Parts: sequence; structure tokens; C-alpha cells
Amino acid sequence: MLRFIAWRLLAALPTLAVIITLAFFLLHAAPGGPFDADRAMVPEIRAVIEARYHLDEPVPWQYLRYVGGIVRGDFGPSFQYQGVSVNELIAQGLPIDLTIGSLALLLALLLGMPLGMVAALRRNSLADRLCTGLALLGLSLPVYVTAPLLILLFAVTLQWLPAGDWGEGAWRNLVLPVVALALPYVAYIARLLRASLLEVLQAPYIRTAWAKGLPASQVLWRHALRPAMLPVVAFLGPAAVGLITGSIAIETSFGLPGLGRFFVDGAFNRDYTLVMGVTILYGVLIVLANLLADLLQAWLDPKVRL
Amino acid sequence: MSLWRSLPRWSLGILLMLVLAALIVPWLSPYTYFAPSWDEIDLGPQWHSGHLLGTDDLGRDLLVRLMWGLRISLLVAVCASLTSLVIGVLWGVTAGFIGGRVDAWLMRAVDVLYSLPFIPLVVVLTVLFGRDLVLLFIAIGAVSWLDIARIVRGQTRSLREREFIVAARVGGLTDAQIIRRHIVPNLAGLIMVYLTLTIPSVILTEAFLGYLGLGAQAPLTSLGTLIADGASQMRARPRLLICPAVLLAVLVYCCNRLGDALRDRFDPASQSL
Repeated sequence: MLRFIAWRLLAALPTLAVIITLAFFLLHAAPGGPFDADRAMVPEIRAVIEARYHLDEPVPWQYLRYVGGIVRGDFGPSFQYQGVSVNELIAQGLPIDLTIGSLALLLALLLGMPLGMVAALRRNSLADRLCTGLALLGLSLPVYVTAPLLILLFAVTLQWLPAGDWGEGAWRNLVLPVVALALPYVAYIARLLRASLLEVLQAPYIRTAWAKGLPASQVLWRHALRPAMLPVVAFLGPAAVGLITGSIAIETSFGLPGLGRFFVDGAFNRDYTLVMGVTILYGVLIVLANLLADLLQAWLDPKVRL
Repeated sequence: MSLWRSLPRWSLGILLMLVLAALIVPWLSPYTYFAPSWDEIDLGPQWHSGHLLGTDDLGRDLLVRLMWGLRISLLVAVCASLTSLVIGVLWGVTAGFIGGRVDAWLMRAVDVLYSLPFIPLVVVLTVLFGRDLVLLFIAIGAVSWLDIARIVRGQTRSLREREFIVAARVGGLTDAQIIRRHIVPNLAGLIMVYLTLTIPSVILTEAFLGYLGLGAQAPLTSLGTLIADGASQMRARPRLLICPAVLLAVLVYCCNRLGDALRDRFDPASQSL
């Protein structure tokens, strides 16, 4: 198991190398630099600033310096926020993303699994058609559509919940962002679980379980659900990618000071180091989510050995 | 069951209507998507003046702007899906047909690309290189070919072993001829399915970029940009948010429905996601 984890982390290094290299050279190939701001700068001052951020060095040297920094866990200084390091910004934003991301995933499981189970157990019934229809609708409503509509309904019209702001993570401020982020994943999970449960329920060992005279709850919970969860667990990796994209939209809609906001602001302001740092962190999060999915799959599936 | 009968008629009908409306409405309407009209700011929907959905905060006709947004969405969807189709099919057929080490490397590359934070990279790309529509097609197409490549590769591998391919080879056809005449035609159904499923995801990606303010350059607009604009003034004019949001949802829902139905027909073994 430990060997498997170590091996997987090692195998993720090329992915991270690709991300770092791609992000670095993309940003440096771009026309215009971070200090081409509206006001003209005295050449001497410009030279001093560029020397301070090592922008006067040849690009390959800058690349090596940057990679060297990352190996030591240092993402460098932010270009946009004077005197603040990218590490500090990440330390500030990451907890927000992790909070809303994990709560959204939890909510999606809590809502999506019952929906998928009902749909599979009562196949082709009205309930099934309602669940699958709702799920397809959920897939078609991206976060940046649901978020403003939820704000309009619950914050502006009904005035039940605040329209935005982090508010030190008070639950009232968390409800709308988490619900908006979770909705597409409710749909994904319901669809996945329905499809896999339908397949599992036709397996011979389920027939055996019925034949033994087990009550329906036992057949479902102890025999069918565990293997049927495998595709849902495997979905964790892609879900991480989607949650990251979603969190960018959520933080923009609700004005939360998370990584997604930093990322978008940084991209608009050509804050190279901030954008690269957040992109690399996104890559790391995706790698970790995939690893977690593999471990959970091994735990659920006796055929998989680590 | 014929292909025609297995398709969801409502979704198909609505899609066709939307495409037609996107083509015709801006041409029929007396209003343009760009010219502000200071006498007609913030009108509600009214029949007699031709502002069927009212006007926005600059007096521009909302319906016409919606239809221009729809045009951009559809244009990006078609072009980017075709880009992803070309890359994905070439990649998948190459990997599946040659096999061996080439296959291993090509698919390893796909695995690596799967775990890249792609949308953030597209955001960076559009910020840095300006909001060019062609660049948008290429960027979105270049990030959405992975699924197609995987599916095509799997299918090509199984086709390669079939008797009629062996017969073609014995008959003296070159690899290129076999691919062109026997492999690709046999992939056509599957490719159609995944093309249909790529379109809604491309529409959503484009709208996401528009929402972040990276879509088509103003005064030209896209559905995502309209949603972002509407969201910023939802307190005063909720109509400006609800109309583009509903339009986008209906568009994507119908595409998804169509894609699902096609997949159930052509690729019933696949997991529905």
C-alpha cells in the first residue's frame, strides 16, 4: 500500500513537470509583461524592479530558478501584491476552496446517491423518469447559471441568505455557494450510480441473495451497493477537475477570496508567479484526488490489490 | 427501431428552432446588437415596438443580443467540436492501429493531459493572447479531444483484429488505404455520438470564459457574457439574467438529451455519465 502510494506519487511527477513547463513558457511567450501598467516607468526604476524579480535574466535561467524554488516549496513573490509571497496568498485562499469543495462533494453524495438508487430500483417508473430527467437538467445547468439564479431567488427576492462574502465561513454564507457548486455533481453521481446499480442488480450473486430470502434492504446495502459504488468513486478524479473549474465561477459570483479569485485576478493582471502557483496547486490537487480515488477503489473492490 | 424514432423529438425540434431563430431573428429585427438607444433604456417586453423581450441598460434589444450570443455559442461549438474531432480521431486511430509502443506512449500522453487543469490553462491562454474567436475555437478544441481519442483508439484496436481487415491486408491494401476505407467508416457512428456529446461541453466552456469576461469582444456578445452582465444588475433588472440563463440551459439540455439518445443507440454498452 505504501509502496503503491509512493509509486503513484512518483508517476505523477511527469504530469506536474508538464504543468510547470507549460504554464511557465505560456506566460513568458505572451506579449507584454507584468509591469507594462498604465503609467510609464522610468527606465532605471524598471530595470531595478526587473532585476529584483529576476526578469532581466535569460528565460531558461528564470525557468531553472523557478523550478528550483518549487522544489523547495517556494512559489516566489507575487507581482501584483507588493511584498506578499504567492505562498501566503495560497495559504489564505486554499482553506476556502477546500471547505466549499469538500462540503459540495459531501452534499452531492448525500443527494445524488439516494436519487440514483431510487431510479435504479424503480426502473422505468415515474420516479425513475423524474430522477433521470432532473439529473440531465442538473448536468445542463453550469455553476455560473445556478449561482446567480440562486442569489436572485434566495438573497435578493426572499432575502433569506446573504448574496456573497465569506463572512469568516459562517454557515449562512456557505449555504448558497456549496449548493450551487454541488448541483451538477448531484446529477453526475445519480446518473453514475443508477447505471452501475442496474448492472450489478442483474449479477448472479444478487439473484442468490434474493433466493436466500434476504430482505431487500440487506440485498441492497450489503451486496449491491458496494460494487455499484466503484464508478462513483472512480469519478472522484474528474470531479476534482470540475470542482476546480466550478470554484472559479463560484468565487467570482459570490465574491469569495479563494484561489479561483486569485487565479482570475492574477491572470488579468499578468501576475505570472501567482497564476503559475495556483495552476500547479490545481495540478497537485487533481493528482491527489486521483490517488484517493484509486485507494478507495482498492478498498471497495476485493479484486484490486495494491 | 429506426434511427429517426429513437431520437428525442422535442429536444431535436427545440434545437432546430433555436438554430433557425439564431439565424433569422437578428436579420428580421429592426434593431442591432450594438447600437445603444438612449430613449429606450430598460424597457419591459412589449409587442408593438418589436422589443419582444425588452431592452437592456443601454437600450439595446435583448432578443437580438440573445440571438447573437446564441450564434457565437453555436459557431464556437461547431468549430471547436470539429477541431477536437480531427485531433481525437487522428490520435486515436494512430494509437489503436499501430499499437505496441506507439500506442503506449500516445495513451500515456492522454493520461497526463487528463490530469491537467485545462480550463485554467485556457483562461490563461485567452487572457494572454487576446480574445480572438479563432484562438477560442482552437483552445477549446485542443482541450476537449481526449475522450474522443480514447474511444476511437479502443474501437480501432478491436476493428484491427477483425477478419475483413485481415482480408483487406491480404488483398494488398496499404495501411493508409485500410484506415481510410475500412476503419474510419466503421467508426462513423461512434464518432457522431461523441461529437454530439462534445458540443454541449464545448458550449459550456465557451460560456464559462464569457462569464469570466473572456468571451467575444464587446459589443459583440456571447451567452456567458450576457449572463455575467445580467448577474451584475440582477437587483434592478432580473430579466437580463433570467433570459440568457434559461436560453443556455435549454440549449445545453437539448444537446445532452440528443447525445444521450444517440449513445444509447450506437454505444449501448458504455456507462452513461
